[in-house]
Amino acid sequence: MALLEVNDLKTSFRTEDGVVGAVDGVSFSIEKGQTLGIVGESGSGKSVTCLTIMGLNAKRNTISSGEALWKGRNLLTMKPKELREIRGNEISMIFQDPMTSLNPVHTIGRQLEEAITLHRDVTKKVARARALELLKAVGIPRAEQRIDDYPHQFSGGMRQRVMIAMALINDPDVLIADEPTTALDVTTQAQILALMKRLQEDFGSAIIMITHDLGVVAEIADDVVVMYAANVVEQAEVHDLFNRPQHPYTWGLMGSLPRLEADVERLTQIPGQPPSLLRPPSGCRFHPRCPYVMEVCKTSYPALEPSRDPDHLQRCWLDQETKDREAAKLLETTMAEAG
Amino acid sequence: MEAAQVSNEPQPTGDELLVVDGVKKHFPITRGIIFQKEVASVKAVDGVSFSVKPGETLGIVGESGCGKSTLARCIMRLLDTTDGRLVFDGRDITKLSRPAMRPIRREMTMIFQDPYASLNPRKRVGFIIGEPLEVHGLGSGAEIKKRVQELLEVVGLNPEHYNRFPHEFSGGQRQRIGVARALAVNPKLIVCDEPVSALDVSVQAQILNLLKDLQDDFGLTYIFIAHDLNVVRHISDRVMVMYLGKVAEVASRDVLYKEPKHPYTGALLSAVPIANPEIGRKREAIVLEGDVPSPVNPPSGCNFHPRCPRFVEGHCDVEDPPLYPFGAGHVAACHYALERWPMDANEMRRATATATTPEQEPEQPLRT
Amino acid sequence: MVRYLIRRILWAILLFIIITFVTFVIFFMGPNDPARAQCGGDQAQAACLKLVTEKYGLNKPLYVQYWYFFDRLVIHQNLGTSYATGQSINQAIGKAAPVTASLVFGGAILWMIIALTVGVFSALRPRSLLDRTAMVFVLIGISAHPVWIGLIFEYVFGVKLGWTPIANYANFFGAPADSGQPGGPWQWFYHMILPWMTFSLLFAALYVRMIRANVMETQNEDFVRTARAKGAPENRILVSHVLRNALLPVVTMLGMDIGVALGGAVFTESVYQLPGLGRSLIIGVQANDFAMVQGVVVFATIAILFFNLIVDVLYAWIDPRIRLT
Repeated sequence: MALLEVNDLKTSFRTEDGVVGAVDGVSFSIEKGQTLGIVGESGSGKSVTCLTIMGLNAKRNTISSGEALWKGRNLLTMKPKELREIRGNEISMIFQDPMTSLNPVHTIGRQLEEAITLHRDVTKKVARARALELLKAVGIPRAEQRIDDYPHQFSGGMRQRVMIAMALINDPDVLIADEPTTALDVTTQAQILALMKRLQEDFGSAIIMITHDLGVVAEIADDVVVMYAANVVEQAEVHDLFNRPQHPYTWGLMGSLPRLEADVERLTQIPGQPPSLLRPPSGCRFHPRCPYVMEVCKTSYPALEPSRDPDHLQRCWLDQETKDREAAKLLETTMAEAG
Repeated sequence: MEAAQVSNEPQPTGDELLVVDGVKKHFPITRGIIFQKEVASVKAVDGVSFSVKPGETLGIVGESGCGKSTLARCIMRLLDTTDGRLVFDGRDITKLSRPAMRPIRREMTMIFQDPYASLNPRKRVGFIIGEPLEVHGLGSGAEIKKRVQELLEVVGLNPEHYNRFPHEFSGGQRQRIGVARALAVNPKLIVCDEPVSALDVSVQAQILNLLKDLQDDFGLTYIFIAHDLNVVRHISDRVMVMYLGKVAEVASRDVLYKEPKHPYTGALLSAVPIANPEIGRKREAIVLEGDVPSPVNPPSGCNFHPRCPRFVEGHCDVEDPPLYPFGAGHVAACHYALERWPMDANEMRRATATATTPEQEPEQPLRT
Repeated sequence: MVRYLIRRILWAILLFIIITFVTFVIFFMGPNDPARAQCGGDQAQAACLKLVTEKYGLNKPLYVQYWYFFDRLVIHQNLGTSYATGQSINQAIGKAAPVTASLVFGGAILWMIIALTVGVFSALRPRSLLDRTAMVFVLIGISAHPVWIGLIFEYVFGVKLGWTPIANYANFFGAPADSGQPGGPWQWFYHMILPWMTFSLLFAALYVRMIRANVMETQNEDFVRTARAKGAPENRILVSHVLRNALLPVVTMLGMDIGVALGGAVFTESVYQLPGLGRSLIIGVQANDFAMVQGVVVFATIAILFFNLIVDVLYAWIDPRIRLT
């Protein structure tokens, strides 16, 4: 049985302009020790998906449906108290901006200890020892002294390490990381990604990595979910996705990426803008921007179905032959230099 | 320190559009109870020299705090430099007064990072783009309107949207407005400060393509500042890597990305995630230890030495490396430059005597 | 922290000098002739005028007079004598200050209690009935003048309902034995109820609005989401993560508003005939008693500077970002 199984998850927000369908029928599952990458641009619903699973959306004006089965129990219908016992304990989460994600008026140590004492009945001394242990594990130098410092005394990279320490302090089964390196510099990002990989081996947690960066996904994920306009458009094992992408949006994303390892004179651009989720396009949501658009795309939305490989899911009306041809073409241009 | 500055002083040959010579920008830190006195300074830019030829794109890349944005503001004379010289199109503009700068501002314009914050939300797009024309007295009202509509078309927006407000556009479209505004006065040089950092990948590609097209059509020169090495590689002819207010390495794009000489450049390159699991997972990333030090008290000698895998005690922490030449305008400020690339972390750690360290005093003063 | 404190104290001293000087100059330039005021106004005799002028150095240049004044103030802590009554101003203020202090601090406690409860609850339930009612209250509190409010309270609670006295002050520590006036803590409290309500309405309204906005804003902070993701229950999140951060700016405001509040106390004191500083000020102005007015102003200045200093220290203590730099 999967650790976490999300089925047809829908989340919408009531706004003054109408109902925004931020997540519209997302399904995926994650196994123990696995890393799942969720990739998409801003507004694709990747963050809202995870906030919904965690029950962290503002209750007001939010409507959610579907199910998120955690060890067989639906997180969406759980009582707040039961959900709280899981949050930060069995499933924990780190966020994009380490500068604002820690409380400025409490010491690092106090915030770490709080994460323990909320879930474990331990003395302050035990909690502190555990907090110190985790600070050392995430590579904070001079942890004994720094544990009594306040967040503003840490750099961005160090604060993200503290966030990771806090998330791992109760040995969670799943760690949800929402753009954990987006606000960081590239060398700091490399430090944090290496740290997460190492800690995953040590702690054995499954990781859900939400990111807009295909590079990060390629480095760290086992399986990848590609989201566009509140839907999953493609889902596959990471090598499979990068070698045989099956959806025109994924092609667009890969083609529009400037690359270190390949010379591309001109980037493939996806024309236009992501659609408004207030009034999403009819049929396939990508059709107004899709270079391969057909009549059928405008009226009916394909289901998320296996392509040739049963584990490689995609939502596109194009025939297999075209998909294979385009994927091969894309691969050729991006691999041109890399050899 | 002195030697380094002498050695990298550019020798203008006359065909450069912009010569930046030993530019420094130090922000004073004051302390005092009633009267503030300077106790230290943030050395945001600390002796940077380079030049830009007409029609080329110089990419400036570095992490936050390396001084790249401050440098851009110094070049635009939005900040006064502490030291050094700026020569634009043969004219020394370092100390020009504001009125004297005004005609120069037609020649060089700027595109900013945040398409949300850099457009006045209460002004119509037509006004925003036409304002530089009006300021410089370039044409009557009707002429300006015509020109603005032309510009909107050039940057891929609907000329009919002349009367709309910035909030009616998406992020990418707003950045197009920023481009149109920078383009309005027919400048020679456009300084782009992180123009695509706030944009999604697909929209980022649109803007990058647009900038390339405009360069071809109008013969523009760009200084393109970014923290994203992929983006810089895509758009630049030459790339300058900055670290802690100083130049670490300058080379033509292909050389820099294929044969980096400075360990910091190497570390940067190996830190970039590669959107290809086949390649990305095979290489061994060189993960730098620690954080970028404070620019208030930069490390002695080579400012990269506390984090450098090739650090040699008694040399790197004592002597500030000059920009050693590696042929064809490739320079790097490292005593123990990398011999080849790629290297794994272990290889990189061995800075041996066999390292191809050039002569201490380069025979020829360098132009970068 | 020490540096911060020293700077704050030095600033307070500098401000004190500037404000006393400005006050002094304003009164010096004013149309009143202090010598004449002291000698009985229009019927002043030349001999008396001469004597007084000599005694107080009124013919000396401005800066010399200021120096006398400053010297007297700082070295002898003496605010002088009233021109109108010949009494020591120190004594007069010593009597009036506790009344004003009772009003201002009691009022401040009341307004903070109201503002915290109403502000926090309306932030937690935005657009609820409580929230909407609170916003109406805020509107009334901000737009109504304290004198008008005071008269209405007086009429409703004092005259119609007869619940409270409508005027006068009762000493907390008991009235002088021969005065026959009420005294003691309960009488003090009983007499202060209406003045407190009147006085605090405006500030309660302002603070409800501010606390509501701050709490709502802080609830959307990333670190509050972090706390929720840790599994912290809502009440803990509110107390440990939201309130402390939301109240930081309130502390600053409180320091600044003490000065404004002293000004507002003048109205309340005159409505309820409380013998506080405000009344001393009004009487002083009416009697052309330059020395009394100046005494009250200088005393109020010192009080405001002092409380601002306390607030600064308090702020540094609760905000580590200031404490540690």
